[in-house]
Amino acid sequence: MKVSTLARGLLGAIKSSAPALTRSHFTYYPTKFSKGSGEVQKMNMFQAINNAMDLALEQDKSALLFGEDVGFGGVFRCSMNLRDKHGNDRVFNTPLCEQGIAGFAIGVANTGATAIAEIQFADYIFPSFDQIVNEAAKYRYRSGGLFDCGSLTFRVPCGAVGHGALYHSQSPEAYFAHTPGLRVVIPRGPIKAKGLLLACIRDPNPCIMFEPKTLYRAAVEEVPTASYTEELGKAEVLREGKDVTLIGWGTQIHVLLEVADLAKKQLNVDCEVIDLVSILPWDTHTVCNSASKTGRVVIAHEAPFTQGFGSELAAYIQEKCFLRLEAPVKRVTGWDTPFPHVFEPFYLPDKHRCLSAVKEIVNY
Amino acid sequence: MLRTLSRVSELPIVVKQLQKVRNRNAGAVTNNYVVSITNNTRQQHSKLTNGSSSSTINNNNNGCNISNVNSNNNNNSKQWSTRQQQLQISYASRRSYSKSFFGLFQSAAQTGIAKTNNYATEATIEVNRPFKLHRLDEGPATTVKLTKDEALKYYTQMQTIRRLETAAGNLYKEKIIRGFCHLYSGQEACAVGMKAAMRDVDNIISAYRVHGWTYLMGVSPIGVLAELTGAQSGCARGKGGSMHMYSPNFFGGNGIVGAQVPLGAGVGLACKYKGNGGMCLALYGDGAANQGQVFEAYNMAYLWKLPVIFVCENNNYGMGTSSERASCNTDYYTRGDALPGIWVDGMDVLAVRSATEFAINYVNTHGPLVMETNTYRYSGHSMSDPGTSYRTREEIQEVRQKRDPITSFKEMCIELGLITTDEVKAIDLKVRKEVDDATAFAKTDAELAVSHLWTDVSSNNLETKIRGTVGYNLDHIQERKGVNH
Repeated sequence: MKVSTLARGLLGAIKSSAPALTRSHFTYYPTKFSKGSGEVQKMNMFQAINNAMDLALEQDKSALLFGEDVGFGGVFRCSMNLRDKHGNDRVFNTPLCEQGIAGFAIGVANTGATAIAEIQFADYIFPSFDQIVNEAAKYRYRSGGLFDCGSLTFRVPCGAVGHGALYHSQSPEAYFAHTPGLRVVIPRGPIKAKGLLLACIRDPNPCIMFEPKTLYRAAVEEVPTASYTEELGKAEVLREGKDVTLIGWGTQIHVLLEVADLAKKQLNVDCEVIDLVSILPWDTHTVCNSASKTGRVVIAHEAPFTQGFGSELAAYIQEKCFLRLEAPVKRVTGWDTPFPHVFEPFYLPDKHRCLSAVKEIVNY
Repeated sequence: MLRTLSRVSELPIVVKQLQKVRNRNAGAVTNNYVVSITNNTRQQHSKLTNGSSSSTINNNNNGCNISNVNSNNNNNSKQWSTRQQQLQISYASRRSYSKSFFGLFQSAAQTGIAKTNNYATEATIEVNRPFKLHRLDEGPATTVKLTKDEALKYYTQMQTIRRLETAAGNLYKEKIIRGFCHLYSGQEACAVGMKAAMRDVDNIISAYRVHGWTYLMGVSPIGVLAELTGAQSGCARGKGGSMHMYSPNFFGGNGIVGAQVPLGAGVGLACKYKGNGGMCLALYGDGAANQGQVFEAYNMAYLWKLPVIFVCENNNYGMGTSSERASCNTDYYTRGDALPGIWVDGMDVLAVRSATEFAINYVNTHGPLVMETNTYRYSGHSMSDPGTSYRTREEIQEVRQKRDPITSFKEMCIELGLITTDEVKAIDLKVRKEVDDATAFAKTDAELAVSHLWTDVSSNNLETKIRGTVGYNLDHIQERKGVNH
């Protein structure tokens, strides 16, 4: 069942807008929970994340949650009511200082306590880039394994939202993928978000979860209320096909699923759709299996073309599956321009551009 | 007028008047005098609006109301002398008033709403709340002069900013402005006061609450509102949207909290190197004051004695967190450590102007300085923040009623006889029309052609084609050369 994305998650308290004004570039494809049968509840992505953090704070008494405006719910409402429930010594606001938040979180995690830090927008993460890349990622290595800050998780809203312009839309996953020692994941919906977040919180490495902010409200699924984790470093084949492999993550998955439908209908092309889920480390096995099977790979992401994470995938696939490939690996991405304001619909790798890439790769 | 006099304690204190109330006695005003004021006013306004066609304020009826004013003056003088005594008693412990101060009130009060005459062309006023100083022996002048032209100008500017922000808020609610929108309502006196002190060689850089600054730095209301709606007449041609507005000497417009402060120090460095006598105002909020790079900028600026005024516009809330909860030291003017600082009432446009004048002189002779303007924002942090979950509606109401920068300035000018109520009305009408017209225009103005998505990414493009545009074959385009080249 497709759920139309009428609800544009408009940053925080603004309610969903009317259909006529929707400029959403994707149609949401919900996931069904496959692991066992527990109690489920309808949740959107911010509620699922809220639920995950609630469980984490409950189960791990050392866990702390902090960030800008997190105390009263955060701009995306992910931490709603958690301060009331777990106390303001565990859930609290920080000043507006991303570098400090990151450093502070690393210190907390170094003592063995669990730190869940929110950077309000991925676009604001760059002041803390030094702390994350030079401190968090290398702590274990440089102390000869004596200290690490493994119980550290950053939650970072990212991606296009329809109107975010330059500093509220970027997807900086590739910057962090360049850093050994980190884990980077991106969920495509509520079920995945909850499982991944709990996995990140428990994982003994510093983790960053980039959360596509447009999904906070637009994505609704039946989410298990109990605790569960998703495997880190594991891609997921969402649809099997024999002709073309489509690889993406986050919001782009929903674009690709629609493209698979369109390709089937318009071109009679069978697409295999893979949600990479984990950017670092990424699942070479699943990707290369699929690439060897179909011989044609299209990678799509919102971040710009040059040195986007698609570059790494393409290089790897071409090295490992060279003799199986029927066409060069294709990348459909945001353009090598700053993230535009009114031109966002043209910038994004939407279904039309992706479908045209499928056409081209089939006719290569 | 009677209504406003009950609030005299909130008004800046008039110590004396230079060119004083013209006519306590009937017939003292000559037609020549009135005419000359009218002319000045006109010139001032056509200058203000940059030749915009709707700029005329009608002051022609100044002359015909004189007799009216004069005859009223004598009627209630007894009543007012009693009032005068009461006021003098209640404030005697703090200061003494000259006769002319009350004479002024008397005239203004008696003429009431019908009054359209100009009583004074210049007044001397003491700022409302005293400056606080950090590592400074001497502070800004607390007694400032205000001419009629200036009064009209500041009132028009503040009122335009207020209107612009109201229009922006409405456009946002109508979903015509998308994305982000941070309103300046309540903080107008900060920008107008600073701008009033700035010279042509001076620069300013600020954060994301900049619609007002953009207007003050020479962009028309259409340029501001069309930018917000993403239309081609916007000052960044719709390519920046909210937060990203620029004009010569105004370096933006910055969406990243605190990131503009070191840039401002850099602009100051350039001023010093060029030796052009200019300086840079680097503005940030109480929230951004906790960003590490602000302190890095302080340090370098002090080390190199750069002409930079670091201005912390303290509106008490960094997004949804009150300053007390976010800052260990909420005396932001002292946070430069070795840097001297001034605290100034940011709701008082004259205090801000005086402090900025002092600071400009100081930074050009001694080096950087921190200035905290204590102010308040009426709206939430951005449009997605209702602004009431971390403060009470009563608190906002109280500031609106007691400290509003526009109302208090307007009332003071009327009391002083610098502006008449008719002039106020005329300005209000003109501003409303200008902003309404701009709003209507911004709603219908076209967006740029889509090719502008990839223009001006780089200068002197080394590659002819844009990479990664699957399905398209696009040339790099450089369209504009920056004003700094």
